[in-house]
Amino acid sequence: MSVQTQEAPVAAPIRKSRRSIFLRRPFFTIALVVALGYVLGALFAPYVAPYDPVAQDINAMMKPPSLAHLLGTDSYGQDILSRVIYGARYALIIGIFSVLIGAAGGLVIGLAAGLSGGWLEWALMRLIDSILALPSLILAVAFIAILGQGVDKVVIAVGLSMIGPFSRTVRADVMQVRVQLFVEAATLMSIPYLKVIWRHILPNVIFPLAVQVTIRISEAILVSSSLSFLGIGVTPPTPDWGLMIAEGRAFVSFAAWMSAMPGFALALLLIALSIVGDGIREEFDPKLRRGA
Amino acid sequence: MTDMIPSPILTLTDLTVFRGAAKILDKVNLSLAEGETLALVGESGAGKSTIATAVMRLLDGAKVDGKAELEGAGDLLALSEKQMVTLRGRRLSMIFQDAGAALNPAYTVGRQLITVLRRNLGLSKTEARARAVELFTSVGINDPEGRLSAYPHQLSGGMQQRVMVAIALACNPDLLLADEPTSALDVTIQAQIVRLILSQTRARGASCIFVLHDLALASQACDRIVVLYAGQVVEAGPARDILEHHRHPYTQQLKSCVLEIGTRELTAPEGTVPPHDRMPAGCRFATRCPRALPRCAGEAPPLIPARDGAESPLAHHFACWNPE
Amino acid sequence: MIMAQTQTQTTAPTAPVFELIEVEQVFPVPRPGRPFMSRDTVGLRALDGVRLRIAQGASLALVGESGSGKSTLLRVLLGLDAPSGGRALYRGKPIREARAFGTGFARDVAMVYQDARGSLDPRMTVGALVAEPLRHFGIVPKGEEAARVAQLLDRVGLPADAATRYPSGLSGGQIRRVAIARALASEPSVLVADEAVSGLDVSTQAQLLTLLRGLQRDMGLTLVFITHDLGVASYLCEEIAIMYLGRIVETGPTDAVLSHPAHPYAAALRAAAPRFFEPIPEPLPGEIPSPLDLPKGCRFSSRCTAAQEDCRLRDPQLGQHGAGRAVACLHPLTETGAQASEIR
Repeated sequence: MSVQTQEAPVAAPIRKSRRSIFLRRPFFTIALVVALGYVLGALFAPYVAPYDPVAQDINAMMKPPSLAHLLGTDSYGQDILSRVIYGARYALIIGIFSVLIGAAGGLVIGLAAGLSGGWLEWALMRLIDSILALPSLILAVAFIAILGQGVDKVVIAVGLSMIGPFSRTVRADVMQVRVQLFVEAATLMSIPYLKVIWRHILPNVIFPLAVQVTIRISEAILVSSSLSFLGIGVTPPTPDWGLMIAEGRAFVSFAAWMSAMPGFALALLLIALSIVGDGIREEFDPKLRRGA
Repeated sequence: MTDMIPSPILTLTDLTVFRGAAKILDKVNLSLAEGETLALVGESGAGKSTIATAVMRLLDGAKVDGKAELEGAGDLLALSEKQMVTLRGRRLSMIFQDAGAALNPAYTVGRQLITVLRRNLGLSKTEARARAVELFTSVGINDPEGRLSAYPHQLSGGMQQRVMVAIALACNPDLLLADEPTSALDVTIQAQIVRLILSQTRARGASCIFVLHDLALASQACDRIVVLYAGQVVEAGPARDILEHHRHPYTQQLKSCVLEIGTRELTAPEGTVPPHDRMPAGCRFATRCPRALPRCAGEAPPLIPARDGAESPLAHHFACWNPE
Repeated sequence: MIMAQTQTQTTAPTAPVFELIEVEQVFPVPRPGRPFMSRDTVGLRALDGVRLRIAQGASLALVGESGSGKSTLLRVLLGLDAPSGGRALYRGKPIREARAFGTGFARDVAMVYQDARGSLDPRMTVGALVAEPLRHFGIVPKGEEAARVAQLLDRVGLPADAATRYPSGLSGGQIRRVAIARALASEPSVLVADEAVSGLDVSTQAQLLTLLRGLQRDMGLTLVFITHDLGVASYLCEEIAIMYLGRIVETGPTDAVLSHPAHPYAAALRAAAPRFFEPIPEPLPGEIPSPLDLPKGCRFSSRCTAAQEDCRLRDPQLGQHGAGRAVACLHPLTETGAQASEIR
């Protein structure tokens, strides 16, 4: 209804003739390479890391970056590069698993809220609102206080704290999809409602959710690092970036690399992940694509 | 008529528009006489709206070549944006298909009209308001005082389009471009709006270009018709010549697709407009043309006068190697 | 009782496909100008005393402008909404009941939406979209599904490789063809199409219209075609029903109604349709009244050029007017265009 119906008569060749996504989006490609680098580093940490991340060396305490220790050493003489590489393991594991917990919980609550209507929807939405009222970091702190410390606990705490935002977006998508004409058309064919949800609503909700997942991994990593930084996440001597930044804090005036290196590693991963997430969204979201 | 050629108010010379690699308008030449109403007809993608937006210099992200000379203002395409701003509204104005989207939803229609009047004509607040009431009355809006304080969403589609007409004509432009002004409206409203645009432009001696897809409506509303196909003019001339003595097979095809009441037989044309990257080298219509000759595929036909000696740019012209 | 009298007389006295008897649809809407937070509502009469009968094999054009109640009527016909008054029957049974009872109704009555693109799941290929009704209604065994999809696509003039494409890669004309193929997949006897050819280029429109006419003739479909274009109505449909403000004001054979409209509104619609080189006619005065505030008496009286005193007092019902025709007017136009003083 908006403007002229400019129809591409045959649209199939348009997609074929488009150059590869890697050429069209150089930043996306760079970010993807960086993110993959982290993933590979994390996977093959024992082979890539030059030292044992928890091996202490009294003779090499607080050494600035040198050929022997590319990123320097910390106050216990542990090699920072090795710790950063192993740290990527924890960061990615916590990021991915907590987001999966958040997305799964969000999908269930969001679907239920979006499809039920009535008092159930009202109750679920107030629940989500109350979760959303607190920033995810504070929520995660609260969950940690209940659950205790440790990598698994951090995953659960961060995951739970992300259910709220995920539920919101899922519900918004469900509300949007369920009033679409194709859902009415399916109902008109007297396809049972549960089947309509499964076949038509869910696929149209899952995809934007998957995109959300890629974007929110960085948020989860940030929250988990913040927990460690506050000293309530994973326990030392686990090579966690947040923990490393916290440990280096006292020496920042004369051994800045101790905090800066893990901080830089964290920042680079977060930036790379958000660029990758945005790129995926812009490339594959049909809503954005149609406008382009 | 042939001796006394009225001076053209708008002359397009080799107007070409590229969007990326696609040439969406290809060397369009056309003239518009003073006080004339002209219809641009064709299917979507033919470039009819592109001509109107190119003349208004409202094409975003497209490369425009050629000339569009407005009498007294020179080549519109060569003007600075600043100069263009002073022309839009005062000499040229445009009515869009979707009036609801063209009006700003955050302001009352009165405020939008009064802003135009004050900025372009330098009227005082009270003068502008009085003029706005006059304009609303002239476009047939009942209770003009009350409607001035209405927001666009409170008005029906027909009313919104009347407001658009009032805004477009507020500063007595010499040239009005109406881009499918009625295709979103019901037929009875369509008749009202087209009559309104015609009576208002005629009363002001303004010229008017209608972008239309309905040939029957074009014949009712316009003196001259330009038929476009895939970004090129294929036939142009007085409405009767185009519809009753057309020479180009595409014009014939367009006409045969018009459903009048009582039409029982309809032969649907084959195929669709080829995409820009697969446009034939010769006549662009050759791939769908029932009268195509071997020559048509390789050699583009020039636009030639339909009658010897009738060289005036306003006379009947067509571009075909094997005319009807 | 009106529409298909001629047909039903000749064939066996089977129940018509659709029969609407004094159907009303009233929606509660906020009272205009009600105080903030107030829950005061008024009834919006979207349908008001609709009488319609559609016989097996008939082709009916439902014509009216926006706000005439076409879409509301459509939802009642499809059983998506229950009317708030009157009876809406499908082969003698209330439509809502027919709908609730098994898949028979859904299989027999297929729908083509105006927004064909929106009615197709963007994440399914054309092949999957057409196969969905085949599988749902168990039309063909699983092994023959692909062949039937290809056959259906061919029938609507799409190339076989279209099956692997997604709706976003198809043009407006192709999308409508997919929607038609999907509608035909369940082997319906009734096809309901809502503005199925509007907003398309004339040549694409012509292609679709010839396709629809061919389908209707070959498959003996009962066609209910909602349109605002009288040219389309007269090409495709043998009967026509013209709606104004929630009521059918005139119905009958398309040719007869359009050549000699009896209702002044039908005449105005007829005159407003573009015709080559005819001067644009004087439009109807005024605007379409709000359905919340219908004029007293005849609902068209506020805009009717031929309204008389009693038109503002009495509300005319749809009543017989010559062979197979019916009109809701106290002073219908006669063939010569003059006004009969009193017809009934």
